[in-house]
Amino acid sequence: MFRTADMLEIFQQYRGDAIVVPGRGGRHWVSLSTKPGRDVPLGDPAMGGHASFACGLALAQPDKKVIVFDSEGDLLMNLGILPTIAEQAPKNFYHFLLDNECYATTGGQPVPNAKNVAYDVMARGAGYPSTFAFEKLEDFANNIQAILEQPGPVFVAMKVVPEIENEPIGRRRRWQTRSREQVVQDLQAELGLTR
Amino acid sequence: MAQAQEAELSPEIVLEEMKKNGVTHVVWLPDSETNWLYLLMQAEPSLQLVPVSREGLAFSMAAGLSAGGKTPIILIQNTGLMESGDSLRGWGLGLNIPVVLMVGYRGWTRHGITQDTAATYTERFLHAFGINYYLVETSADAPRIAVAFEEAKKTKRPVAVLVGDEYHGFNR
Repeated sequence: MFRTADMLEIFQQYRGDAIVVPGRGGRHWVSLSTKPGRDVPLGDPAMGGHASFACGLALAQPDKKVIVFDSEGDLLMNLGILPTIAEQAPKNFYHFLLDNECYATTGGQPVPNAKNVAYDVMARGAGYPSTFAFEKLEDFANNIQAILEQPGPVFVAMKVVPEIENEPIGRRRRWQTRSREQVVQDLQAELGLTR
Repeated sequence: MAQAQEAELSPEIVLEEMKKNGVTHVVWLPDSETNWLYLLMQAEPSLQLVPVSREGLAFSMAAGLSAGGKTPIILIQNTGLMESGDSLRGWGLGLNIPVVLMVGYRGWTRHGITQDTAATYTERFLHAFGINYYLVETSADAPRIAVAFEEAKKTKRPVAVLVGDEYHGFNR
C-alpha cells in the first residue's frame, strides 16, 4: 500500500494538459495541481458516479485526455460501468482506482471481500484492453509515464493507505475551494465551451 | 385503422425531435417502450448511443457529457428512474445539468386505475425531486418534447418526458 498524496505528487509530473477528475483524491489534488481550470474536484455528488461522469467527459472531449481517480467503494456500487466504458472505448480515458479496502469516510468499515478483490481483473474481464495493478509506489512511478502514453481506455488499480474519518460530516473541514457549479463553469471556460 | 395509427406515438417523430433539439448522445437502458426506436437510433449517424446497465449511471454519464459541451438525452423506464434517485439528486440536480429524461411510463392507463405500482409512484417520484414533466402519448403530443428541451436549457435542470404509449409506436 502507498499514500494517495505521494502517488498524486508523482502523477502530477506526467499530467500534461489532461482533464483530471480527482474523485476521492481531491483533498490532496487541489493543493498539488498547477492547472485548476482543468481539474474537476466535485467531492462526492452521489456515490458511484465518478467513472461514468469522467467517461461522459471523455466522450464529449475526445481530443483531450481525461483521467479519473475512482475508488473501490464507488466502483462496487456501479460495477456495470466497466463494460459500458469498454464498449465505448474512449482512447482518451484513463481510469485509476484508489483501493483502500474500506469505506474510509464512514469510519473504515471494510468493503465486501475487501482484501481479495482483483479490480484490474474485473476491468479486463469487462473488456478493458489494458489494465494494471500496483501495490508499491515504486512500481507506479516506474510505469506511470508509459501508461499515460498508451491509448485508453486503461484501468490502473492501486492499493492505497486508508485515511479514515470519524468526525460527523457536518464537522469535517471542507477541502473544496469552489462550488460544483463553479468547477464545471471553470472547466467549460478553459475548454472554450458555453452552456 | 387510420385512427389507431394516429393515436400512436411514432418513433420516427421522436427521433426527429431528438435531432431538431441537437441531441448528440443517447444514454439509455432498453425498456418495453423503446424497442423500435432503438433500431432507428442505431441507424442515425448523428447520434451516439451510450448503453448503461443501471439507470443511475445514466445521470452521471449525462452530467459528464453535458459538462463537456454535448447534448445528451436519457432514455429509461420509470422503474429505472426510481432506482436512480440519488444519482438524479447528486449528478443531475446537483450539477445543474440541462438534460431531458425520456421515461417509459410503464403501467400508464390514462384513467388512473392500474395494477402496476411502477405507474403508481412515477409522478409522485418526480414531484418529490421537483422535476417538471410532460406527458406524450401520441404523435400529436410530440412538440412537448421540444418544450422539455427548451425548459431544461433555460432552467439548467433535468426535465422529464413521460412516454405513455407502451405497446404501440415504440414497439412495432
